[in-house]
Amino acid sequence: MIKIQHLSKIFGTHQVLRDINLQVPKGQVVAVIGPSGSGKSTLLRCLNRLEEPSAGTVKINGTLLTAANCKLTQVRQKIGMVFQHFHLFSHKTVLENLVYAPIKIKGLSRQEAEIQAKTLLDRVGLADKMHVYPSKLSGGQKQRVAIARALAMEPEILLFDEPTSALDPEMVKEVLDVIKSLAHTGITMVIVTHEMRFAREVADRILFLAEGQLVEDEKPEVFFKKPASERAKAFLEKVL
Amino acid sequence: MTLDFGRIVPSIPFILQGALVTLKYAGLSIFFGFFLGLLLTLMKLSGLKAMKWFADAYTSVFRGTPLLVQLYLIYQGIPELTGYSITAFEAGILTFSLNSGAYVSEIIRAGVQAVDKGQMEAALSLGVSYPLAMKDIIFPQAVKNILPALVNETINMLKESALISVIGESDLLRRANIIAAEKYLYFEPLLIAGAMYYVLVLILSWIAKHLEIRLARSD
Ligand SMILES: Nc1ncnc2c1ncn2[C@@H]1O[C@H](COP(=O)(O)OP(=O)(O)O)[C@@H](O)[C@H]1O
Ligand SMILES: [Mg+2]
Repeated sequence: MIKIQHLSKIFGTHQVLRDINLQVPKGQVVAVIGPSGSGKSTLLRCLNRLEEPSAGTVKINGTLLTAANCKLTQVRQKIGMVFQHFHLFSHKTVLENLVYAPIKIKGLSRQEAEIQAKTLLDRVGLADKMHVYPSKLSGGQKQRVAIARALAMEPEILLFDEPTSALDPEMVKEVLDVIKSLAHTGITMVIVTHEMRFAREVADRILFLAEGQLVEDEKPEVFFKKPASERAKAFLEKVL
Repeated sequence: MTLDFGRIVPSIPFILQGALVTLKYAGLSIFFGFFLGLLLTLMKLSGLKAMKWFADAYTSVFRGTPLLVQLYLIYQGIPELTGYSITAFEAGILTFSLNSGAYVSEIIRAGVQAVDKGQMEAALSLGVSYPLAMKDIIFPQAVKNILPALVNETINMLKESALISVIGESDLLRRANIIAAEKYLYFEPLLIAGAMYYVLVLILSWIAKHLEIRLARSD
């Protein structure tokens, strides 16, 4: 469960997020869409405090993430993040990418961690790439490994920041399919995406962000058929 | 003019032994300089204002003043201030280490900052703490940028170490000068010393280049 209240973010003099209020119940899948520069990444990064909010509060399962004394590393273990540019550890093999945090942070034995990693790699269709370095993988493969790495910490929440935007078109589907397979399995998911069809199919709820404001918060059927705001209409006309 | 190497042949081993002295200076200085540089880098990256200020000021001063001035300050200043009569060897190693620490800290800092910022964010997002991520994720990748630059800094140190002869240490240059004075032959001993410096530098450059290729292959 994510609870955001009066969240604002200012870079210098540039207000990037304006008074965001939002609750995401456990297990829900939320798609965040909006024009480039509207603050989608910043919003996502405030949810695990990779970005420091300027004002407002974020609660994760009742823990106040924005508290000064919050044990960030503990909360972050429960919040996986998948980045546009993958950010696999380039000096580690695929397997080492997956077992590193479970061993070092969760205290799993190497054997437990490796068994779990193999299961996860199977799940994303990359069991044969276990001992390969990231530089030898295609973009789609890297992103699937990145998803598996996040899953290895058994997160309750998964944040995706444009997971397919850096991919060649023919690799988009393999990644979206993996994400779809995770939806509605109990993990709360917040997905920033430009893939409108995917958002419509997978999300329980669409958030439309424009100039740092949460302009719409609707069911996909409603949002895509009859957006309430002019800004959302204009945006959808451009992208659909 | 004609060169007369014949008369200095017996002295060549004496000059070449100076290469060992020179190498010792460069090696020890880079060794101590490395740990000092690492400490300074940690201070720069620590996020603590006072630490960062100190480390930045240190680096700026040691890079912004001539090494020869630093050497004289330490060699002549320490006895005056403390009454301890410092040897040429101690003064040399101390000065060169303090100096190379400043350069090494910049090398390490640049190497760390050249690692993609996403690597740290990925680690943090998994619940890894900042210091642990530095140690396990960032430094191992930064080594690739740092090692060749460190060898280059050793090369600089090797050349700069000729300064030690002005306070009487019998390194390559000083030995060449001694022979020159004894035999009234200036060009030949200095040519031999110069050639020796050049050979040492070529060897180290070769190491740096191959290190770079080896390390680049791992990605
Ligand atoms: N670290 C930063 N410093 C200054 N400005 C930033 C920073 N990160 C993002 N911004 C600005 O904030 C705005 C929103 O960025 P972002 O959240 O990345 O938008 P989106 O993901 O919707 O494209 C942009 O104008 C961007 O330039
Ligand atoms: Mg973005």
